Amino acid sequence: MTEKKGVTLKIYVMGKGYEVPSDLTIMKAMEYVGYRPVRGAGCRGGFCGACATIYRLKDDYRLHMALACQKTVEDGMYLTQIPFTPVRKTVYDLDELDSSGTLLLEYYPEIARCVSCNTCTKACPQDLDVMDYVQAAIRGDIEQVTALSFDCIRCGLCAVRCPAEIAPYQVALLARRLYGKYVLGKEKQLDKRLRELEEEKLGEDVVQLIEMDVGELRASYERREIEE
Amino acid sequence: MSSLIEGYPEYMRESIEAVARSRDRRLKETFPLIDLKEREKALNQFHPDYKTEGKRRVRLGPNKGDLAPTEVADLLEAHSLIDPREIDLSTIDLDVDILIIGGGGAGMVAALWANYTGAEPASILIVQKLRLGDANSVMSQGGIQAADRPNDNPAIHYLDTIGGGHFTNDPELVRALVMEAPSILRWHEELGVVYDREQDGSMTTLECGGTSRKRLHSCRDYTGLEIVRNLRDEVENRNIPVIEFTAAIELLMDEYGQVAGAVLYNMETQEYHIARSKSTILATGGFGRLHIQGYQTTNHYGATADGIAIAYRAGARLRDIDSVQYHPTGAAYPEQIVGLLVTEKVRSLGAQPVNKNGDLFVNPFEPRDVESAMIIRECYERKNSIETTTGMRGIWLDSPMIEAIQGEGTIRTALSAMWRLYNRFGIDMTKEPLLVFPTLHYQNGGIVINQRGETRVPGLFAAGEVTGGVHGRNRLMGNSVLDYNIFGRKAGIAAKEYAEKVKLGKLTLNHVAKYEELLTEAGIETLRRSPMLLPDYRGEKTVSHALTVL
Repeated sequence: MTEKKGVTLKIYVMGKGYEVPSDLTIMKAMEYVGYRPVRGAGCRGGFCGACATIYRLKDDYRLHMALACQKTVEDGMYLTQIPFTPVRKTVYDLDELDSSGTLLLEYYPEIARCVSCNTCTKACPQDLDVMDYVQAAIRGDIEQVTALSFDCIRCGLCAVRCPAEIAPYQVALLARRLYGKYVLGKEKQLDKRLRELEEEKLGEDVVQLIEMDVGELRASYERREIEE
Repeated sequence: MSSLIEGYPEYMRESIEAVARSRDRRLKETFPLIDLKEREKALNQFHPDYKTEGKRRVRLGPNKGDLAPTEVADLLEAHSLIDPREIDLSTIDLDVDILIIGGGGAGMVAALWANYTGAEPASILIVQKLRLGDANSVMSQGGIQAADRPNDNPAIHYLDTIGGGHFTNDPELVRALVMEAPSILRWHEELGVVYDREQDGSMTTLECGGTSRKRLHSCRDYTGLEIVRNLRDEVENRNIPVIEFTAAIELLMDEYGQVAGAVLYNMETQEYHIARSKSTILATGGFGRLHIQGYQTTNHYGATADGIAIAYRAGARLRDIDSVQYHPTGAAYPEQIVGLLVTEKVRSLGAQPVNKNGDLFVNPFEPRDVESAMIIRECYERKNSIETTTGMRGIWLDSPMIEAIQGEGTIRTALSAMWRLYNRFGIDMTKEPLLVFPTLHYQNGGIVINQRGETRVPGLFAAGEVTGGVHGRNRLMGNSVLDYNIFGRKAGIAAKEYAEKVKLGKLTLNHVAKYEELLTEAGIETLRRSPMLLPDYRGEKTVSHALTVL
């Protein structure tokens, strides 16, 4: 990375201070000062949750949560990364389950310990209503859990902060899978298409295209109708 | 003092207002699609792939004489990370039937299908350089193509795919892609993947660049995330062994010339392990982090083409390795997110690309390479672009149109990832357009495979972005998620069948020693070593003063 000119500010990586350009993300700032992470960097685009970060600001008692690849540095930021969260995942055979929401309590009984403190929601770098979906999970409302948790990237910050030691994102994953498999279920038009394929009705047209010379193929391509 | 750059700088206001003023008119306007001849002209003049600079002919190995981007040629014309004489092959640390290198989409799909078809979980091993699932697969936003609607069929999908790839795709691979696509959707339903549905429960489908039917199935704009987290959960439920933060740095072969596993490298303890395996699947993904031609990239941290480098030493052949996909719409502003993906789904839902004057200059649904070429032309030939504070040029993607066409609130639900990304940096895409420029997105070519996912080297299989042929010289949106599912499945099944029959001989690294001789014969004098494993973004000051002491 080329050295940048212009406004700089001071950040503290695990307590150690560095001057960095003001328009960098936490991840890029850490690299700028010399880190080359093995852990703590993944997709770098806000989708994988590998770069969960906790920081405090000067004269602020609160802990803030962010993704290092999605948060611009601020002056006086004291930060550390939480690149791994030890959580329990229940092993299950999805084929043997059903749409009953009580499964969530059965597989993750600790959700009943939720004290509705909302710390999970405050911790979520995706701004999801985590506590609300934990409450929905207790009620067995898998549709609601799916809707509220859908954008979860599984960074683990909610699990780190929960005083009841719940790992909300694991519970949500099970709820979404149950909802997808047993509530949305198998779509009818797809059934029809799969039957047509099984009866080998649609392969011949593809073979015809494969056997065309490039000139014919180009002409067919140019002639094809485009759906409005 | 706040360091946040919120919204757009004042000097861009005039142009943003011009875009807003022309919006009502443009809602009724379409810019025509261009024909094949015009496409070729635009590509030749403006697409980075069609420039002669930035590439060179590879001087050794199976593709000797073929063009490759300089950055890829550098990896091929490089020494191994290991000296074969220093590696102890007499102790086997891990002994399995199916070794899968890479734990992204293709690798996990391969593992699951090897298991479904009878391989014991303990006979499989996934090694992954980052965490399981940290890959380009998790970042794919738009969706997956499958010809399952009544007005669509696999032949139309075939034609769209092969035309988009400039008729250079491997026809048999495309046939497998389009014929088996609906069965992947069914498998996903069984895994519990939550695809977008209409009120009546039918699948929602959208159009994308270069397709002639609405064939794209999405999960909001987190399609990859939704599929990958389900795959990962299933790998864990089935107790398939995974070792994270461990890269394969060379393939192992046996005395009969068969691939027989890999030399693994623990990225944290820096020790090597010998993993012997009856069959080996490469699912190492693409090359975005090589920043070909200096482009920013949408890709994940580990997209450094490791699989290409180690497979080439073992004798695998490459195709179309000089073909790079630049996604038409990468973020050009703000600086913090430059190069990140603005999903094509933004156009699928109605946003038009417009220039600084608020005028149309391209149809939103050209194939990606053509769309990119037209945007580059608008920025650099016609100079109808906006320049950012760091000197980058871009054009507007008029996202507020989505709300006008699809209804208020669409962006927050159908494009929640995009909305969140921009909102974090003070831009409300429901009200203001997005400044975009093409960004390095996908490796179109790669290792040659057949319909079973076999490479030409016995015992070596490959699937996903590391392979070539499926997409020819340009991939369509929604075909890569489909690709890693189809060919991950094929490679997993074929590798399992192969492992049941093969007899391995004595392990060797002779191919690495021989490659060293080829380097000498070709007169290549270099200090470069490959695979790269991770890019290096450390500041110049640190690098120039670096010492290796501990």
